[in-house]
Amino acid sequence: MIEFRDVTKRYPDGTVAVDELSLSVEAGTITVFVGPSGCGKTTSLRMVNRMIEATSGQVLVDGQDVAKQKPAQLRRGIGYVIQQAGLFPHRTVLDNVATVPLLSGWSKAKARTRASELLELVGLPVEFGKRYPAQLSGGQQQRVGVARALAADPPILLMDEPFSAVDPVVREGLQDELLRLQAELDKTIVFVTHDIDEAIKLGEKVAVFRVGGKLAQYAEPAELLRAPADEFVSSFVGRDRGYRGLGFLSADGIAVEQLETVPVGAAVPTTNDWVLVVDGERKPVGWLRPGSSSTVDGTVTADGLEPGGSLYDVEGGNGTTGSLRSAMDAALSSPSGHGVAVDGSGAVVGRVSAESVLAALSKAREQAATA
Amino acid sequence: MNAIWAWLTDPLNWSGYAGIPVRIGEHLTYTAIAVLIAAVIALPLGLYVGHTGRGSFVVVGVVNSFRALPELGLLILLVLVMGVALALQAVTIALVALAIPPLLAGTYSGVRNVDPEVVDAARGMGMSELKIALTVELPIALPLIIGGLRAATLQVIATATIAAYVTLGGLGRFILDGLAFHDYASMAGGAVLIAALAIVVEAILTVVQRLAVSPGLRTARTRRRATRASSEPVAEAAGAQA
Repeated sequence: MIEFRDVTKRYPDGTVAVDELSLSVEAGTITVFVGPSGCGKTTSLRMVNRMIEATSGQVLVDGQDVAKQKPAQLRRGIGYVIQQAGLFPHRTVLDNVATVPLLSGWSKAKARTRASELLELVGLPVEFGKRYPAQLSGGQQQRVGVARALAADPPILLMDEPFSAVDPVVREGLQDELLRLQAELDKTIVFVTHDIDEAIKLGEKVAVFRVGGKLAQYAEPAELLRAPADEFVSSFVGRDRGYRGLGFLSADGIAVEQLETVPVGAAVPTTNDWVLVVDGERKPVGWLRPGSSSTVDGTVTADGLEPGGSLYDVEGGNGTTGSLRSAMDAALSSPSGHGVAVDGSGAVVGRVSAESVLAALSKAREQAATA
Repeated sequence: MNAIWAWLTDPLNWSGYAGIPVRIGEHLTYTAIAVLIAAVIALPLGLYVGHTGRGSFVVVGVVNSFRALPELGLLILLVLVMGVALALQAVTIALVALAIPPLLAGTYSGVRNVDPEVVDAARGMGMSELKIALTVELPIALPLIIGGLRAATLQVIATATIAAYVTLGGLGRFILDGLAFHDYASMAGGAVLIAALAIVVEAILTVVQRLAVSPGLRTARTRRRATRASSEPVAEAAGAQA
């Protein structure tokens, strides 16, 4: 779908931003360009819609050399999302989203109808259309930026560090939203980031760039974590790569064991082990320390409990099985050492242990070795 | 004071071909012509230089050297060269030279101050350069452009007084003739009228600015207030996200 053929970008002062880049981005996937600053990832992205011209080599979109197309027309067919969203401050949100359809000659009414549909698609209420960008939070602005890029339904979306200016919690929400959108829309997305975690979370394929504009490795994220091509990639991918690699292994096979729970308000059980306290919907509230009597009258209250760790969702949040990473994290972060497993509604179904995760990991390795 | 008041309220001064309304009309005509011509020159030039970044030294040079020009000296020189028959043209040129610097500086810095990300996004969506300049940079630069227009207009209203020096009309007549005839009430009255005219025009331009500038570009203070007033749920949603 998008192909780089020996693409080099050299500036007049002699700096080489991109050096002999050859890679092809498959249609309908999210491909992430990642690397430290000055590695040429953004330059590579911007050569696709001719915001930057290649010095030598070719960039092909759908087999057509972009250098032979008119920039304005080429760009209208390629969605473009940038770091601070770059919304027009003097136009309403609705008019911002309608920009490309209007440029392409749609009628005003049709463009606006389309724009409201897109606001809904990216999870913003339609009333937001009447506001101005300055009246939105950073995360909301970025959603508008995505809606604006999608307005003319381009098959390709270029995203240049779109989520790096928002705080981590909002960023995670936006990442999940992008994955949800992509499942629905099936675009060809090229996504630039300097954050390797973001790359691994979003990318179906990840291209790691090194300073000087050289492609260091182009692989699926699991492969990147398991077998980094060289010293640079392994250091860039980071120390916790073994742990993060667990995120790509299904926790399908691990045992969810029985866990003793007690509802809030019930009598304090007599046991020497940790007991998980749950609410009326069996959602975890906190842990009761062994031997502690929570209140004078001997019933369990929500106060005075040890806060719980992360939860292992056996359904993985979107219908798939959870990963070994989330199971492991649940076990490690729980004060009792028992990872709390919950179902899709958040109700406790049992416990998982670090040992069972390790057992599942070695089983997965054996399978990989025999396969 | 009483003399000025008597002069200002004397019905004789408010009628005839040399009355106050006629002089105000002349004064405003000189001002309007000069500001209009200056805008026709400064707006496209400022927009072009601000958009392309090419020739910014021209802007700096023009703004600085024109600001240093003594308007009265320039006017007298022009009349000497062009002749009294062309006094109106001479006055217009002198006033245009006065109005260009604030307009040019306002337009240029307004366009330069547009967030480069916004321009990048516009270009990346497939807007032509002309379209970017006219539909993105110009409206976003409007507060500074109108600021330049206000400064230019005020200076021209104040300075159009010099038209009277070269036999023309305008409110300067009252001041110069008053000086010639030792009629200090007329002099002071003329000065008061010029000041009043400047204040009225300033007020009108402030209203124009309100109407012309997009509400999305209001200052941070009103912006925050607007957000709070119109979007309680947004604040909550943002809070829930954070």
